Amino acid sequence: MSPIHDQSYRRYQGSRLPVGRAWGVIAWSGIRAMLAKKAYLFLMILSFVPFVVNAVRIYFSVNFPQAGSFFSITPSTYRNFLDSQGIFVFFMTIWAGAGLIANDRRANALQIYLSKPLLRTEYIAGKWSVLLAFLLTVTLVPGLLLIMLHVMFAGSFDFILQHKHIIPSVILGSMLTVVVSSITMLALSSLSKSSRYAALLYTGAVFFTDALFGALRLLTGNTRASWVSISANLTQVSDVIFRQTPRYDTPWIVSLMVLVALVALSVSVLERRVRGVEVVS
Amino acid sequence: MSESVVSLDKVTVTYGKQQALRNVSVAFPKGAVGLLGPNGAGKSTMLKSLLGFVVPDSGRLDVLGLNVADKPLEVRARLGYMPESDAIIPGMNAVSFVAYCGQLSGLPKADAMQRAHEVLYYVGLGEARYRNTETYSTGMKQRIKLAQALVHDPDLLFLDEPTNGMDPKGREEMLELIRDLAHNKGVNLILSSHLLPDVEYTCDYVVVMDKGAIATSGTVEALKGPSGRVFEVRVKGDVNVFVAALRAAGLDVADTDEDVMRVFVPASAKAPAGRPGGAGDDQRMICDVARGAGAQIRHLKPSLPTLEDVFARAIGEA
Repeated sequence: MSPIHDQSYRRYQGSRLPVGRAWGVIAWSGIRAMLAKKAYLFLMILSFVPFVVNAVRIYFSVNFPQAGSFFSITPSTYRNFLDSQGIFVFFMTIWAGAGLIANDRRANALQIYLSKPLLRTEYIAGKWSVLLAFLLTVTLVPGLLLIMLHVMFAGSFDFILQHKHIIPSVILGSMLTVVVSSITMLALSSLSKSSRYAALLYTGAVFFTDALFGALRLLTGNTRASWVSISANLTQVSDVIFRQTPRYDTPWIVSLMVLVALVALSVSVLERRVRGVEVVS
Repeated sequence: MSESVVSLDKVTVTYGKQQALRNVSVAFPKGAVGLLGPNGAGKSTMLKSLLGFVVPDSGRLDVLGLNVADKPLEVRARLGYMPESDAIIPGMNAVSFVAYCGQLSGLPKADAMQRAHEVLYYVGLGEARYRNTETYSTGMKQRIKLAQALVHDPDLLFLDEPTNGMDPKGREEMLELIRDLAHNKGVNLILSSHLLPDVEYTCDYVVVMDKGAIATSGTVEALKGPSGRVFEVRVKGDVNVFVAALRAAGLDVADTDEDVMRVFVPASAKAPAGRPGGAGDDQRMICDVARGAGAQIRHLKPSLPTLEDVFARAIGEA
């Protein structure tokens, strides 16, 4: 009589991947979860409307130079394109980012994650990558695609050669907006167990600082207080990146320092909040 | 004692001004080990320190021969942890959740999915494996926590109050699973619980904690001691005087829920003066004490020592 094979629980005999890859698993899982939402997909498709409009403009400017100033393409076209993507960056940051850590905190999932062979930095990197992937898809990717189309429609590299800073500017400008928005959202998400509350905090942080700047502008009659606004700081530094005259009176280096401080504060919040155990002393 | 899977050497953990672990030194042997103690004894803190969630103020922790401070990832790759509180990763069905945990633990994607199906059947969630975990009942959540801890086939399992919130049938099934893992599947485990019957049923060795320190440790059989040294006693008369007299005679007494008390006769107890030693000495001694205290024995029956007796004595001594 042959022995009966025990199918209840078997020891694992297969291979194991080296540690350090868990962030990729987390990132891919988060991206798939968002892509499964039809409304989010619709928002992503909608975010490519400015890209299509600008692609048409480039086509006309290259093929019909007589078409007029509306179709003329300059480095500021790319700057304005990234500006126009700001609204999509805002909504996608809230939608994809508010629940990234808040939902895990609500479900006590952090102790599940951190009992696995991964570091806290890997967990944060995985979650951050979800937002980075989506935000770069609506800023950096279409920005670079527009430059590529420009070259293709023109059949020459003249525009890039005349404006050698354009590719680094698009890369830096996109990265600046995406990094600041995503890390701030991630930190706010780690502060709460409610994704809605985290979304409100982010919206409040953006609109309150803007409103404060607006009030100070009215009171003082100048724009020296633009450093209090997150979006004004992004605008100010982006102007410098695209070699344009900064539009506010605040020195751009001050705006940059405020943004660096915001990123540092967010990293510090994440370091404190992402733990396997909450210690209340 | 066989080779240890976990050892702590003079470990102290402090939360603010509160010392959760006080200079704890203990070794956990292979097999199923119960970590017993009342709420706040430091059991969960010990497990969380071993997982690296809490960094001790001083001391050294080793798991499976690896220093937790030096090699936390290697340690966690070989551990499975079932937390006490409800813990799931939201927005996933059970099989996705368990496979995801397998991948996080280093299993290739296909293997993680296959293992997820296997362990979900093993823990009794096979039919519900495509349901969203957020719709699970408390008992099902306990089972899925066990599944995620098992999916990568750990060498050592930490189970923190695994039967919390389960109905009697579910609890029985969970205990069967734990017993099977430890005794038939070769998985070492540490079961932290304040439920003594759970530990007694599943574990061969226990460590009892109280107020952040080790109260006692040893095999269940050794701690319970030889049978016949514990007696169930019911008396008529002044119970308080009788209890005081027993204690004065060197015996220990524990109350039970009913009017029956449990009297422990320590190994060092001598036969009453003027009586030869032998069978029935302990009973005679209790009768003599009752007579001296003016109480009538209405019920006197030898009993088997339980883990509850061990626990009561250990906590009393701690």
